[in-house]
Amino acid sequence: MTLSQSVRKGDRLALARLLTQVENDTLEGRAALAELFPQTGRAHLIGVTGAPGTGKSSLVNQLALHFRREGKRVAILAVDPSSPFTGGAVLGDRVRMRDLSGDAGVFIRSMATRGSLGGLAQTTAAMSQVFDAAGFDVILIETVGAGQSEVDIARLAHTTIVVEAPGLGDDIQAIKAGILEIADVLVVNKADRPGVENTERALKSMLELAHPTRHVFLHHGREMVVDAPVKAETKMWIPPILRTVATEGTGITELAAHVAAHAAHLRLSGDWAARERARLEAEMEALLVEALMTRFRAEVPNGGFESAVQKVHERTLSPWEAVQLLVNGRQE
Amino acid sequence: MTEKKIRVLVAKPGLDGHDRGAKVVARALRDAGMEVIYTGLRQTPEMIAEAALQEDVDVVGLSILSGAHMALAPRVLELLKANGQERVKVFLGGIVPDEDVPALKKMGVSGIYGPGASTEDIIREVRESVKG
Ligand code: B12
Ligand SMILES: Nc1nc2c(ncn2[C@@H]2O[C@H](COP(=O)(O)OP(=O)(O)OP(=O)(O)O)[C@@H](O)[C@H]2O)c(=O)[nH]1
Ligand SMILES: [Mg+2]
Repeated sequence: MTLSQSVRKGDRLALARLLTQVENDTLEGRAALAELFPQTGRAHLIGVTGAPGTGKSSLVNQLALHFRREGKRVAILAVDPSSPFTGGAVLGDRVRMRDLSGDAGVFIRSMATRGSLGGLAQTTAAMSQVFDAAGFDVILIETVGAGQSEVDIARLAHTTIVVEAPGLGDDIQAIKAGILEIADVLVVNKADRPGVENTERALKSMLELAHPTRHVFLHHGREMVVDAPVKAETKMWIPPILRTVATEGTGITELAAHVAAHAAHLRLSGDWAARERARLEAEMEALLVEALMTRFRAEVPNGGFESAVQKVHERTLSPWEAVQLLVNGRQE
Repeated sequence: MTEKKIRVLVAKPGLDGHDRGAKVVARALRDAGMEVIYTGLRQTPEMIAEAALQEDVDVVGLSILSGAHMALAPRVLELLKANGQERVKVFLGGIVPDEDVPALKKMGVSGIYGPGASTEDIIREVRESVKG
């Protein structure tokens, strides 16, 4: 039996090993992913992001408990940063997820960013496809503690939860516009702490700035503008702001209800399919770039690339001219 | 492709709260370029084996300063084997009397370290165990 067949049969060790192959981007991993691909596209991918220490892992733990009570099978991908100097990492998110141990309906996998800067690792998307094909209904993805530019999660997840907490010093500095814009649901966690109202108020006013009456987004590289309000059933989604206390499980039922409502909204408005398609398009583009690069490297005469780099370094060619020469054999 | 990362689970089974050693070792292994999954205090052998499986680690490191190592370490080894992870290497650190060392090694513990153990030794021996 192949690894992917064992995974489909529910073999947890096979699943763990396949995840490793996919994480290391081996040929075996790629082949297994290809076999599993027809079985993907069913799971609800939920991203959880926010500044370090706001309670992402604790919330993931609570959400997983909630989805288990609904009978759903839950996979968790928890991403932590690799050290840029040594390449090593301490992955500590499991510390907050001990409630989930001993439950065969849950599978938790920690991963390091391995040099990626967008808040996820290069292979996080592929790892989530493995879980999807293995039959998990919900995949919770915790990003590294993110500040403002780590917004890859919004491309991967169907629903993105942005977690904020009071008392992180200069409150709102922690939530920069970039990360706020990707929120489908906003959570003020640690609502047992003083300063919740302030955080909530600041989020509200920032949200009003970020969500005017017109919604502009990129579709196939073209800018599309949608006027709001539109027809009732395609109403624009306004991110709700919710309070939780993850350490006690307070507010989790409400949070889960809004996450479910967001999924329903995506399906009704057609955004579910649009996001799915955009994601696949991006994935294919990345693979294409890689494949073309490999072919190019194989075809360019030995040392051609290096000698072009040398000329650029000596300032006899510009980088653009050098690439024209390499690709066309002449300058355009 | 880059060299395959060594993945290590560092866990503290049993009820004692001495977590400095575990944290020191976790950080040292990280600085040596490994990916260390840290699971925190008061883990049962069942929780440790389950995490080792989900994380597909090469090494499990146990930190035990409570004196309960003769009960906890064999149980972890047994569960790893039952899960099909007999290839995973197990290392042990903490307060382990010399007279317990031969029995633990015989059970299959790859390395045992006490107070003052050098993290360089630990790193080197963990690397060697994964290669060999
Ligand atoms: C600091 C300390 C504490 C601190 C712990 C703080 C903390 N968060 O860790 C406090 C004050 C809380 C404490 C409390 C107690 N302690 Co105390 N404590 C110590 C002490 C003095 C040092 C431990 C330490 O942190 N060392 C520094 C670290 C870096 O060293 P390490 O843990 O040994 O780790 C090294 C190696 O062992 C190894 N290693 C460790 N883990 C791992 C894991 C892997 C994978 C690998 C490869 C290697 C490895 O590598 C490390 C680097 O060299 C020791 C005595 C001693 N000399 O060890 C007693 C000691 C461990 N404590 C002891 C006791 C009895 C207690 C109490 C029960 C006392 C009481 N009656 O209240 C309580 C229990 C509290 C609890 N909840 O469990 C006894 C244990 C006796 C035994 N096992 O037979 C000891 C040995 C003291 C003694 N001689 O009696 N303690
Ligand atoms: N008071 C209070 N503390 C909380 C709450 N949620 C989490 N915490 C605590 O906040 C600390 C950080 O929680 P985590 O869940 O690890 O936060 P995180 O965002 O996953 O952290 P990183 O992954 O390191 O970025 C822990 O000590 C938690 O116990 C809450 O609702 N109230
Ligand atoms: Mg976390």
